[in-house]
Amino acid sequence: MRRTMLACIQKQLTGGLLPWAVQSAAAEQFNCSLAAVEEFTLENGILPARYQRNQNMISTAEQLLLFRSRIAVIGCGGLGGYVIEELARLGVGGIVAIDPDVFEEHNLNRQLLATPRTLGQAKAKAALNRVNEINPAVTVTPIIDAFCEANGHDLLNGVTVVVDALDCISCRLELAEICTEMQIPLVHGAIGGWYGHVATQLPGDTTVQSIYRNWVQGKGIEKELGNPAFTPAVVASLQVAEACKIVLGKGELLRRRKLSIDLLDMEIHEILYGSTADVIYLPTRDIESARAAG
Amino acid sequence: MQITLKLFASFRNDRFKAAQKEIPDGTDCRTIVRELGLTEEEIGIILVNGRHVTLDYVLNDSETLSLFPLVGGG
Repeated sequence: MRRTMLACIQKQLTGGLLPWAVQSAAAEQFNCSLAAVEEFTLENGILPARYQRNQNMISTAEQLLLFRSRIAVIGCGGLGGYVIEELARLGVGGIVAIDPDVFEEHNLNRQLLATPRTLGQAKAKAALNRVNEINPAVTVTPIIDAFCEANGHDLLNGVTVVVDALDCISCRLELAEICTEMQIPLVHGAIGGWYGHVATQLPGDTTVQSIYRNWVQGKGIEKELGNPAFTPAVVASLQVAEACKIVLGKGELLRRRKLSIDLLDMEIHEILYGSTADVIYLPTRDIESARAAG
Repeated sequence: MQITLKLFASFRNDRFKAAQKEIPDGTDCRTIVRELGLTEEEIGIILVNGRHVTLDYVLNDSETLSLFPLVGGG
């Protein structure tokens, strides 16, 4: 059947690309999912036409890597909405969308998945609906539950990369611990008002723990400042670029460094953080800090 | 002695970006934070000459103290 499907698809390529209509028809004709057709064509070096503008920066083989990856997005609000949208358009094949909340009116100023129609709807469910609308070849697993220590290991089982789009610092620290235990790369992002930051933590690093080393309790500046429309979009896009690079194994990651972004004064600062070894093995703060500074 | 104090993000509101400050010997970062009218809960990162320190760090002459607020929203 696979040979028949390949022959059928090859006859209908346009400019060497697989048009969406042919992908949909093949799924129906051969009684398989759109995802199965997409993986099959990518395996055979054929690019679905929807990804043609990726072509000169992401090869067909890399597009297959993205399709076979499974990315967990923890939080489907300000950051998470944009992250999920971009992952789906990028062609990431599996997205686990985790959020316990429903949309409320005060989400409408910035959360991509919040519309008057989705008010009262579970955010994770809205993520599923949105992705089905923009890229039905992507499989979304919606989890309407709070990510925590008890369910974390199950939820992240088989996940390639985790994107931290949470809004609570203690939860972020728990997530970082679980990613460390499970050896999963984590892309951390946080926002508040005109400000935000992004960093990538690979297994063995303790960057997120270092970022919040002075944390005592409660929320950050977002509690006072709220969040506008543009800050989550900026930080989420940087997070997706990092997640994409982790999957493809290319480029320079924000590893052991954090970009601190100020959209009011339009400044970006890079803050360096040490490796695990610095934190664990060096007893005095000064040596640790010296290493942290690079 | 004199230090350079740099503020970032919302800490700049109604304050400054950078300033020279005369301080007595033995002043720690916590004292500076309080003098600015900030609370410990608001502090995200404390850097002295680009190195991470805690609020207990005692400043030396000519050092640069940078303060960033805590950011945790999503």
